[in-house]
Amino acid sequence: MSDQAAAFKHRINTALGDEQAHSNFRSAMSMLMEKRAAQFPDEDELLEKRQRANAIRAHALRNLPQLLEQLEQQLINNGIQVHWARDGAEANAIIHQLLEAAGAKSVVKGKSMVSEEIDLNHYLQQHGIEILESDLGEFIIQLAHETPSHIVMPAIHKTKQDIAELFHKHFPELPYSEDVDEMTQQARQILRDRFRQADAGISGVNFMVAETGTLCLVENEGNGRMSTTVPPLHIAVTGIEKVVEKLTDVPPLLDLLTKSATGQPITTYFNMISHPRQAGELDGPEAVHLVLLDNGRSHIKRDEVLLDTLRCIRCGSCINHCPVYVQVGGHAYGTVYPGPIGTVLEPMRLGIDQIGTLTSACSLCGACAQVCPVQIPLPKLINRLRADSVSHQNHSGVKGEGSLRKQAEVLSWKGWRWLYSSPLRYRLFSKLATRLRGLTPSSIGGWSRYRTVTKPAPRPLSELIKEAGFDHE
Amino acid sequence: MSSARETIFQALRATSTPATRDIPPQVDRQEWGQSEKVERLTQQMSAVHAEVHHLADGDWIGWVNRELPQRGLSRLLAGGEVAQQLKQRCASSIELKHYQQPIEQWKSTLFNEVDVGITSTRGAIAHSGSLALWATIEEPRLLSLVPPVHIALLHANQIHENFEQMVVNEQWQQQMPTNTLLISGPSKTADIQQVLAYGVHGPKELIVLILEDA
Ligand code: SF4
Repeated sequence: MSDQAAAFKHRINTALGDEQAHSNFRSAMSMLMEKRAAQFPDEDELLEKRQRANAIRAHALRNLPQLLEQLEQQLINNGIQVHWARDGAEANAIIHQLLEAAGAKSVVKGKSMVSEEIDLNHYLQQHGIEILESDLGEFIIQLAHETPSHIVMPAIHKTKQDIAELFHKHFPELPYSEDVDEMTQQARQILRDRFRQADAGISGVNFMVAETGTLCLVENEGNGRMSTTVPPLHIAVTGIEKVVEKLTDVPPLLDLLTKSATGQPITTYFNMISHPRQAGELDGPEAVHLVLLDNGRSHIKRDEVLLDTLRCIRCGSCINHCPVYVQVGGHAYGTVYPGPIGTVLEPMRLGIDQIGTLTSACSLCGACAQVCPVQIPLPKLINRLRADSVSHQNHSGVKGEGSLRKQAEVLSWKGWRWLYSSPLRYRLFSKLATRLRGLTPSSIGGWSRYRTVTKPAPRPLSELIKEAGFDHE
Repeated sequence: MSSARETIFQALRATSTPATRDIPPQVDRQEWGQSEKVERLTQQMSAVHAEVHHLADGDWIGWVNRELPQRGLSRLLAGGEVAQQLKQRCASSIELKHYQQPIEQWKSTLFNEVDVGITSTRGAIAHSGSLALWATIEEPRLLSLVPPVHIALLHANQIHENFEQMVVNEQWQQQMPTNTLLISGPSKTADIQQVLAYGVHGPKELIVLILEDA
């Protein structure tokens, strides 16, 4: 077994051993599935909505360079400064420079998966900047020094007891409580002062509108609004694929995003930022910057099939409906993005040679593709990456293409082809296999640990059919 | 070395063939009348713990004067026209503050010494149960965010059926302000074991006063 396969297996076993986390995932996922279903009572209408959202995102991707140029121009006209980063290191460096130039030492941050992707927190901390996650879930896992286990609900693996203990450890001055309302109020208290004092706010972006130069943020807590309104400097960071052409493209995507993600008709806040503070205005940041990250996205775009991945609006619905995710949880994947979307994104981002075995953690059941609001054919993409893992036939240029090719596997497929491509050889083989069925071993490794080994039947089907009088095989 | 921008655009241009827009029309239009819109909005907002009241236009100051003292709330922050109207008629038990200074000059007061923020709204969206607010010089962004209670005044004839229609009807793309906001309930979270809790970072209570012409 390769190193990455062994490591993956180890993470899976650890996850399966954690009964508590396992039951958290199970109950959370079934609740999310139910809530989502309740938002879409009409199948036909849902399909139309998904087709429309798909068309909006596909249109944006087809015109990506034009729209990014338009977006940049609009943002500049609006007074928002735009920066481009080829990879995570460049993005981190840009953000650090912006903070340094403003003399910013303490930062509050709203939830952003792209910032996880580039590991921004560590980078800034190493450079002496204090960065505090302000989304409650992110705050919790930051205290625990963990990574998100879900892209929408990062602390979903934790129980309220875990969180109560964490709070108690880090804020011993607060009374110990396992009451969710009380803990929420404690977090409010702790973070309020930090919002007030922060030198800068960092956020992600859910949609960017090219025609108006608008950054849209979706959230429930108000921490995103705090982070992007109270401090004098706001830096937004996101992937280049998040652009849409028109403002009217936003409502249909927003509608599907919140309903698919958490079964809410809309989130508490939908925050659309188009300018820094204007002359005479009394609050809001004086400076707003947008850092646009490529990090492999333009590379994905070269491939006709894999390109579909870029339509993703990060709703997490594919994750919520994945029978593998619900068993193993987010950490087993060992990547920033878990579940079906992670299984597609991460091997492309990190390389098949690093994390390509993720694609084996899929039963191709198709649940993810059925719920995806932008109709990304996830199973097809996973299957495609499986092929890319063992061959170069697609010339996809994914890093580590073909690196999981195993000689033994290649040989057995060759043998199979040799047998099955000649009727004579095939007939001889099936005769042999049925006559020698007594020799079938009773244990064949992992396969037979939980299953009985199937023996060939005493006589092949083709013989029986012939005897029954059918002359066509 | 070419700049990051150039590299990215080069890669993107190599694989993009611009295509014309072909997006199917909106699917879930209902053509509601005003009373249906009010009803739907009320229902949606109540479902997410917002408190909704229907008042005749002109009665809202009376409501504020009556309700705030009863709820033990006295420090009220307002801006612009709303503040002007309150100044003339608000009860003596209410300590009215006017948002008139840049935030830097009174951050700590805003954060610690205000109970209620009251704002006008640009309109609302019936379908999702959302208020739409545009930031202005008179009614800045933090007015609806920092105080623990937010009272929003909404004129019943400014409710749109859904978000897309609001954007289209009002031609938002022609002049987006610094900040446009949809608010659909009080601040909330379900980050602790999926249990819903209200009032995490934004207002703990949202009170919507729907004003109908008498
Ligand atoms: S792939 Fe589809 S379902 Fe999964 S997160 Fe992206 S948009 Fe949502």
